Amino acid sequence: MTTTIRALLGATALLTLMGAANAETTITVATVNNGDMIRMQGLMDDFYAKNPDIKVEWVTLEENVLRQKVTTDIATKGGQFDVLTIGTYEVPIWGKAGWLVSLNDLPADYDAADLLPAIAGGLTVDGNLYASPFYGESSMVMYRKDLMEAAGLTMPDAPTWADIKTAAAAMTDKSKEQYGICLRGKAGWGENMAFLTAMSNSFGAKWFDENWNPQFDQKPWKDTLDFYLDLMNNYGPPGASNNGFNENLALFQQGHCGMWIDATVAASFVTGKDSTVADKVGFALAPDNGLGKRGNWLWAWSLAIPAGSQKVDAAKAFINWATNKDYAALVASKEGWANVPPGTRASLYANPEYAKVPFAKMTLDSINAADPTHPTVDPVPYTGVQFVAIPEFQGFATAVGQQFSAALAGSTSADDALAAAQELVKTEMTKAGYIK
Amino acid sequence: MATEHSRTAARLMVSPAVILLFLWMIVPLGMTIYFSFLRYNLLNPGMETFAGFDNYYYFLTNAAFWDALINTVTLVVGVLVITVFGGIALALLLDQPFWGQGIVRVLVIAPFFVMPTVSALVWKNMFMNPVNGVFAHIAKSLGLQPFDFLSQAPLASIILIVAWSWLPFATLILLTALQSLDREQQEAAEMDGASVLARFWYLTVPHLTRSITVVVLIQTIFLLSVFAEILVTTNGGPGTASTNIPYLVYAQSLLNFDVGGGSAGGIVAVILANIVAFFLMRMIGKNLDA
Amino acid sequence: MARKTTQTRKAVVTIAAWLIGIVIFFPILWTILMSFKSEGDAIKAPLAMLSSPWTLESYGEVQARSNYALHFWNSVVLSLGSTLLALLIAIPAAWAMAFVPGKRTKDLLMWMLSTKMMPAVGVLVPMYLMFRDLGLLDSRIGLVGVLTLINLPIVIWMLYTYFKEIPGEILEASRMDGASLRSEILYVLTPMAVPGIASTMLLNIILAWNEAFWTLQLTTSKAAPLTQFIASYSSPEGLFYAKLSAASTMAIAPILILGWFSQKQLVRGLTFGAVK
Repeated sequence: MTTTIRALLGATALLTLMGAANAETTITVATVNNGDMIRMQGLMDDFYAKNPDIKVEWVTLEENVLRQKVTTDIATKGGQFDVLTIGTYEVPIWGKAGWLVSLNDLPADYDAADLLPAIAGGLTVDGNLYASPFYGESSMVMYRKDLMEAAGLTMPDAPTWADIKTAAAAMTDKSKEQYGICLRGKAGWGENMAFLTAMSNSFGAKWFDENWNPQFDQKPWKDTLDFYLDLMNNYGPPGASNNGFNENLALFQQGHCGMWIDATVAASFVTGKDSTVADKVGFALAPDNGLGKRGNWLWAWSLAIPAGSQKVDAAKAFINWATNKDYAALVASKEGWANVPPGTRASLYANPEYAKVPFAKMTLDSINAADPTHPTVDPVPYTGVQFVAIPEFQGFATAVGQQFSAALAGSTSADDALAAAQELVKTEMTKAGYIK
Repeated sequence: MATEHSRTAARLMVSPAVILLFLWMIVPLGMTIYFSFLRYNLLNPGMETFAGFDNYYYFLTNAAFWDALINTVTLVVGVLVITVFGGIALALLLDQPFWGQGIVRVLVIAPFFVMPTVSALVWKNMFMNPVNGVFAHIAKSLGLQPFDFLSQAPLASIILIVAWSWLPFATLILLTALQSLDREQQEAAEMDGASVLARFWYLTVPHLTRSITVVVLIQTIFLLSVFAEILVTTNGGPGTASTNIPYLVYAQSLLNFDVGGGSAGGIVAVILANIVAFFLMRMIGKNLDA
Repeated sequence: MARKTTQTRKAVVTIAAWLIGIVIFFPILWTILMSFKSEGDAIKAPLAMLSSPWTLESYGEVQARSNYALHFWNSVVLSLGSTLLALLIAIPAAWAMAFVPGKRTKDLLMWMLSTKMMPAVGVLVPMYLMFRDLGLLDSRIGLVGVLTLINLPIVIWMLYTYFKEIPGEILEASRMDGASLRSEILYVLTPMAVPGIASTMLLNIILAWNEAFWTLQLTTSKAAPLTQFIASYSSPEGLFYAKLSAASTMAIAPILILGWFSQKQLVRGLTFGAVK
């Protein structure tokens, strides 16, 4: 060994030691570019003040890109992330696969008992909480009170689909670029299929019968799709087949939509500073068809730690900070109660300050109205309201979403879209071995 | 001229490039071929089983495959037609003397520098959006119904976006070629009373053939793998209206996380690309040596 | 008379060329203009948007949300690093193919180009696994390697066509003078090849800068270039036109400026041997 190499090795060792003495742990957090997450990045000073030895690197990505990167990384054990932002769909599947670190041992001030049962239930596998909810959401109707009034209508707190149609017809005035209803049309299992699957539940439809046979050839699905297409073609905005959550939010904020049925978290944005209609928005439960199920979903963006992360303690400290009750108080003190991440903790809804927020009660009622274990009118072999909690779902649901999106764009008929959906889901289920 | 010595030296000089490219080709390809015979879903690790030709069967019998094949060809041909003809027209125009040549050339070359994701995002949101896009605003000010580009004509819209990015490239190559055209020959032909059209057809076009083949070759290489523009604008839809082969492979392997199926798709894509490459190379090879 | 027609003709051509130039450039111009507007003004009809007040607020927000300097630096390192590495490998190869052509040279060249036709998505999972095993995920070194390899065929081809145009007699003359292979390359070839190498380099920097598949898939934060930066603005919450415009402007400005300044050089190199 030459002296140079020895010297170099010595220097390296010294550097390593110095690094250890400073003990700054850097954790990489993958997150979705939703408003609440962006807001958190602005509040990091508080975290650094409390955890001076932890540094957080953000990787902020659009939902689909995020999901694809995070899934690739965790499935191949790439180890690029220490904290993942994932949803109610991934947590049970990944938890069962042993890919996530159990969060049962978070500090006592985390107060797991305070989490809303409907939300926590979806994130727990065999008694282990595998992800901590950052915000929870259901879906509900957001509507323009001024337009409803001008049309001489009132929105019931628990409308039916017929009510929605009447209201959409009355509020549409295409000459003023005012469209009665905005709904998701962009293909994707988390985009149009989240909405349509939740909607289909209220029409008595289901993805599979008890033997995992796809049900797109049955009447309830046809009713669902026909109703949706009729609504959107007559009263929806142009280009709806490319509209997802964010596009519709922009339309609603600009006053182009009479109604919008979407995530409850949107409420703080449509009443927020970027909205031109902030003071004119009313809220109602997602519609039903008198069959006992409403067309609302249940979702929670949650923070989880991949098994294999080398920095579990720092990651847990971060998750505890970001999803603790104190975080809600921090956001409230900086940006007001309306901007607190909603839908995760009972204590938030017990807070009299928060009760003054116009959409607080409707959000809680919507979350409580969803039942992921019994999502449909008829019994089914799966769980999940707007998804089917099997790994194959996101693939074929996105393909089905493409078909329905095409039907909305008018490039295929509803019947053809349903037939194609039936065919492709059947193939995938056969391929995956569910259908023998 | 070449001695035995210089041959050996030449071999040594080429080999790093050849070895690296060979490894770059064969290692991922080998792994992909291996995966393509497995039933391998990324979300079910440890469950890989041998699948025989199942993945190929499912990929090739998928109705989306044929749509994607046609879309891929349409996309490549569409962009080539626009950029080659547009490029010739533009090059002829820019070859004329006019005021401000330098600045105009800078304006025309600019799209080539824009990364595909940015150009797709800009076109999608600022121009083609049926409510807030510039085109929609123009249509409305003329009292027309805004056209919904990405839903009604998804593939054509993507062709437009991609052609916009590649037009400068074609224009520049063709312009350079035009500038090397023999002026005296042109003038002589003019003296002889050859019409503008005749001069263009008998002098300019033959002179441009080589450049056109180069444009076609280089662009085809890049156009066969157009991906970002589709991902950002239409996600391959509505339906499969704008799904090309790379996007379909992406959907298989990264939306379905079906690595086996995606790998089979990847191999099919490699085979198809090689068929195209074969014909292209023959055509180009002939032209380039002429 | 003749003079007058030329002048009229020149005027007509000027108008036509400028019109087309502006139409082609318009999307970029519009993005830049929009980036200096507030979100509320950015979605107004074109005329109303133009007359609204100018502001830097979107740049402020983009800057606050992401680490532009880091992404910019990564883009610089990746595009320069991969370009230099590619040139290092390509120059000897192209030289050998141009001056000592064998029977198979043409086939070799075509084979190299055909490796570029392999669809990247098809081999992502194998690549990801290899990168993981080599510890190269989210590292600049790994990405420099990938970018070098994907652009290598184009670099070799461009250089090859360049070198081929260097007349063989010069080489023979220098050999007669007893120049060694090394000095032949160093003193005779290099000066003649510099313009070609420069334009190859420019084109490759642009291609590497704009590569948006591998740079997105194989990086997370530390090595992420500007393509990753723009990906986080691809569909953000609520009104986003101004922020998207600002981010887009920041992502394309460096390469646009480089391209404009070196335009002449680049154009000369872009012929791929098409012009004799």
